Amino acid sequence: MNKVYSKIESIAGNVITVKADGVRYGDLAQISASFGTSLAEVIKLDEDIVSLQVFAGARGVSTGDEVRFLGKSMQVAFSEDLMGRVFNGSGEPRDKGPALKDNMIPIGGPSFNPARRIIPRNMVRTGIPMIDLFNTLVESQKLPIFSISGEPYNELLARIALQAEVDLIILGGMGLKHDDYLYFRDTLEEGGALGRSILFIHTAADPVVEGLMVPDISLAVAEKFALEGKKVLVLLTDMTNFADAMKEIAITQEQVPSNRGYPGDLYSQLASRYEKAVDIEGAGSITVLAVTTMPGDDVTHPVPDNTGYITEGQYYLRGGRIEPFGSLSRLKQQVNDRTREDHRPLMDGMIKIYSAYKDALEKQSMGFQMTDWDLKLLKYGALFEQEMMDLSVNVPLEKALDNGWKILASCFEKEETGLRSSLIEKFWPIEV
Amino acid sequence: MNTSGTVIGINGNMVSVRVDGNVIMNEVGYVLTGGKRLKSEVIRIRGDVAQMQVFEITKGVGIGDSVEFSGEMLAVELGPGLLGQVYDGLQNPLPELAEQAGFFLERGVYLDALDRENRWEFTPVAAVGDVLEPGDCFGTVPEGPFTHKIMVPFAHREAVTVTKIAGQGSYGIDEVVLEGNTPRGGQVQLTMRFEWPVKRPISLFDERLKPTEPMVSKVRLMDTFFPVAKGGTYCIPGPFGAGKTVLQQITSRHAEVDVVIIAACGERAGEVVETLKEFPELMDPKTGRSLMERTIIICNTSSMPVASREASVYTAVTLGEYYRQMGLDVLLLADSTSRWAQAMREMSGRLEEIPGEEAFPAYLESSIAAFYERAGIVRLKSGETGSVTIGGTVSPAGGNFEEPVTQATLKVVGAFHGLSRERSDARKYPAIHPTDSWSKYSGIMPPHHVDYAHGILSRSGEIDAMMKVVGEEGTSLKDYLVYQKGEFLDAVYFQQNSFDPVDAAVTPDRQISVFALILHILAAELDLADKDEARRWFYQLRQKFLDYNGAEWHSDDFNRLEKEIREMVLSKTVGSDPAAASILEELK
Repeated sequence: MNKVYSKIESIAGNVITVKADGVRYGDLAQISASFGTSLAEVIKLDEDIVSLQVFAGARGVSTGDEVRFLGKSMQVAFSEDLMGRVFNGSGEPRDKGPALKDNMIPIGGPSFNPARRIIPRNMVRTGIPMIDLFNTLVESQKLPIFSISGEPYNELLARIALQAEVDLIILGGMGLKHDDYLYFRDTLEEGGALGRSILFIHTAADPVVEGLMVPDISLAVAEKFALEGKKVLVLLTDMTNFADAMKEIAITQEQVPSNRGYPGDLYSQLASRYEKAVDIEGAGSITVLAVTTMPGDDVTHPVPDNTGYITEGQYYLRGGRIEPFGSLSRLKQQVNDRTREDHRPLMDGMIKIYSAYKDALEKQSMGFQMTDWDLKLLKYGALFEQEMMDLSVNVPLEKALDNGWKILASCFEKEETGLRSSLIEKFWPIEV
Repeated sequence: MNTSGTVIGINGNMVSVRVDGNVIMNEVGYVLTGGKRLKSEVIRIRGDVAQMQVFEITKGVGIGDSVEFSGEMLAVELGPGLLGQVYDGLQNPLPELAEQAGFFLERGVYLDALDRENRWEFTPVAAVGDVLEPGDCFGTVPEGPFTHKIMVPFAHREAVTVTKIAGQGSYGIDEVVLEGNTPRGGQVQLTMRFEWPVKRPISLFDERLKPTEPMVSKVRLMDTFFPVAKGGTYCIPGPFGAGKTVLQQITSRHAEVDVVIIAACGERAGEVVETLKEFPELMDPKTGRSLMERTIIICNTSSMPVASREASVYTAVTLGEYYRQMGLDVLLLADSTSRWAQAMREMSGRLEEIPGEEAFPAYLESSIAAFYERAGIVRLKSGETGSVTIGGTVSPAGGNFEEPVTQATLKVVGAFHGLSRERSDARKYPAIHPTDSWSKYSGIMPPHHVDYAHGILSRSGEIDAMMKVVGEEGTSLKDYLVYQKGEFLDAVYFQQNSFDPVDAAVTPDRQISVFALILHILAAELDLADKDEARRWFYQLRQKFLDYNGAEWHSDDFNRLEKEIREMVLSKTVGSDPAAASILEELK
């Protein structure tokens, strides 16, 4: 079966064609080029013409290079040995550890039967008040972090990786700057979280095609662990790079682009990844947080736009903070009535006052006379930003709620907060 | 002997097959690979090569794999037992699939759509010697709250003279319940089930009627302002997060129709789960039975194969037409038609067709039109009427309605419920835009009453925009009162509290009565000294009205609050708007 072909018919972009028989759609092949060997995947079959997408890129591939079909599709090793390791987009070790070859599992498996899904019920605690208190992350949720280049989204992801109360973190990096990769690795190591993490990293220096595999590999491994009862958090950064890689391949294959050059199946492609998020009855769960950078801060750009239709809310990261307006966890209602009785009212109340603070701030900047109430709001706003919105704050939800009451008490009279009297009686701090 | 073929090309979920005989356009075939049979549909024929879309992942398919053709077009199974089912786009029952295959949707597993074990209490209504045409009813079985008609298969070409019919008793759906002869001497044996190709409308009726009777959704904004008629069509476009799916879910619960079919087409699986888990627990006030008994869910969510997503809306509408043939009113909710259009776009791209706008195929508009045209109210040969109403959501890219799917849909629907980002951001539910939306159907209110209220609202919006420039102090008291009236109308009538058990679903009677009260308030000339007093007064009135909205219809609370509201308004009324004189006269 493993016949070697040594005549490459055409090379265009990262796609090569060879004449071969007995090849199946999605099979892998190995190409021995002058620069070394690379994997390639069958992406089209037309009679005996086989089109292959070369993971390492076709640059330097000669028409006389050897192509050997492996008779299997893309797989990744699955075992406890993955923990603490770093791999590239083809599943090969990026650290100094040994390659893993046992218990290979296919990637991009079938979708979860909707009839077997359950209503999400567990909160994922992250220690970040803007998430836990105001837009609670829920197990099985898929949420993007909408951001623009230059924002500390990778720092935020690293923080979540360190603090989140889950069994396992899988980090999938696509088109990552090498510095960012090192940052992730070192931060996780220093924070003592590397042992419960698996990293699949594709850097900007690696061939584009390899990056396309990262979400599928990460999610295939996550799925196996979830079936074994693990609570898995998958962090992906940056999905816009993933979409751009798809765009690049689609265009070199002369596919008709739909919107700003992106292929027509962008929505389905993104959805098939995000929909892997699931809470499995009687086993574990997969929760997905994915950075999506918005070119030009434009949420109507095809990538964030399609993402928004797929995911269950979004976090906006602006000015180094999770924006309270616009950010939304659509599943928070499923859990935030069972945390503490003041959770929901405090969440609504504090945001309402913060919005009034924004108005007061505008008034101030326009040089209007400030009333006593305005001054109270300004004090509140500053405290809110410092105690709640600052990303370095790491407190459990209950502490964050207590802090919320303290902030209110240090700025306002009880009746000015608009909160129910029974709650005020119970939670208003005695000493400020 | 059916045609067979071999795979000669694979591109994504499209395979090219060399065939050895005749093939039918849209014929179903099975690609045999790795011990599995993958269902596919012919979508283009060129010489002896048929191009087929595969309803499954094509990984592992190879050149030379053989293909079996069925000789049939893509069809659904029709018969008793459809209600309460959860199907994928190809009518595979998902809960049964889960029992067989576990957590994941294993490819190549196709199960019977209708339970073969279940037995039905059959009552014959035809007699030996009767001559029956296709679609004629020859027996009935009870199905949930309905009398399910057992009909001569729609695709049957000839009349059938009954020679034998089963007596009253319980039968399985595969048992022969009728035997007969055809004029040309053929023998016919009929069971309680048959098939119909999904892409062909069922047209066995006397006449298509004009949709006039309102389809009550119990959403005030829809019923009063932008009504939908039974047998009509409407669309709900909106950006992500504007509440399209929530609105559809609420409608699926409260709509006054017999059967609801939910087509979850390419959207989140999580959203279907809520319906799946909650409907069996909820009671249908009309029948006193579980809501699930009047519901069919077609669930082909975003990560499921895209070709069956394309088929799913047709599956849904065919099931709708089937129940329409029994004289029932059916509501089909398709969420979202954009995902269906995208599925067409993906296949068109694979076929390398010349693309239209945003790479959608040139036949996008005609396909959308043909789909919505399958709605309608018809007079059946039996003299009864039945209807299919279609409501589709649209997910326009970037929330911009100037895109091909929204535009093509707007051309063919009878009502447009556009959702607005501003209204949903302001947490106003439903976020249907009160000035941009429209409807061509007549609703439960006289149109000029609605127009009057609408006029106040538009004027109020203009004044609001003006006030942002000149400030409150630069606005006249008269204008300010109009502004307050508009805000009041928005707050107490347009918006509805979907969490409040009473306010979530408002009956037409109540809408008519409350709307009359609102018209009185809108038309009243109010004696309010200044803007401060006006603001306070309207604020008070609003609070009272919201309580009134939350009070059970005709309860003591309701009557008391209504009296208080009337007194409060009366105490400040010094006259009325002359433009509303005729309306007030009619309301007496």
